[in-house]
Amino acid sequence: MRRRDFLAAGAAAIVPIRAAAQEVHDIDPFVNAITSGATPEEGGIEIELPQIAENGHSVPLTVRVPAPMNELDHVTAIHVIAERNPRPAVASFHLGPWSGRAEVSTRIRLAGTQKLTVVAALSGNRFRIVKRPVAVASAACIDEASL
Amino acid sequence: MLGRLSVPPTVKRGEPFAVRVIVQHAMETGFRRDYDGKVIPMNIVDRLACTYGGREVFRAELGSGIAANPYFVFYVVAHESGPLVVEWKDDRGQEGKVAADVKVA
Repeated sequence: MRRRDFLAAGAAAIVPIRAAAQEVHDIDPFVNAITSGATPEEGGIEIELPQIAENGHSVPLTVRVPAPMNELDHVTAIHVIAERNPRPAVASFHLGPWSGRAEVSTRIRLAGTQKLTVVAALSGNRFRIVKRPVAVASAACIDEASL
Repeated sequence: MLGRLSVPPTVKRGEPFAVRVIVQHAMETGFRRDYDGKVIPMNIVDRLACTYGGREVFRAELGSGIAANPYFVFYVVAHESGPLVVEWKDDRGQEGKVAADVKVA
């Protein structure tokens, strides 16, 4: 066996094991449940999340949705979805014009490198979506999954 | 259940102020096992809500993807001096509550 073939075979063998540890969920059903089937507009959400999270057990997250937050135009909810977590629905936050500012910070768990999805619901049945990749060095749940 | 709530010492009428809250809770996912290999049952705070001036101003539905000792920062527009209360409940029905006094300058 040539060295090149050996390396290729090795890589092929490793990838499925890692993928099986935490599968990536299809998040479309989660998004559809929020938007009732409507297609959300891409962009218009600022996400503060480390590009590389050292520890998946606690990753600081801030979501900010630029909106006037008056009676006519405001954010009603912010939903956070992690496609590779065993339960992708991380949290839903409900806001209104009384919030004054559509910004929420928290700390989340991430079971591996993945794309974090944030869906914002706005008044007038409008929706926005942003996906943000995040690399996780030490994932939450992995040690449990390997037991 | 213990928690801590913090609001600015004084706030300006008509302007949003930050509300910081931390709840002491393990947020057990139900995926972990103890040393004997037994599953540690799931136990998470799944609801948290904030009321101010007699109305709900923030509500969160939480899953196991929220880190242990859940921490949140959110904003509320100041309109009158009075208590701001944050209440939460876990999936076993255990409840907790913290309050702070909002002073409109």
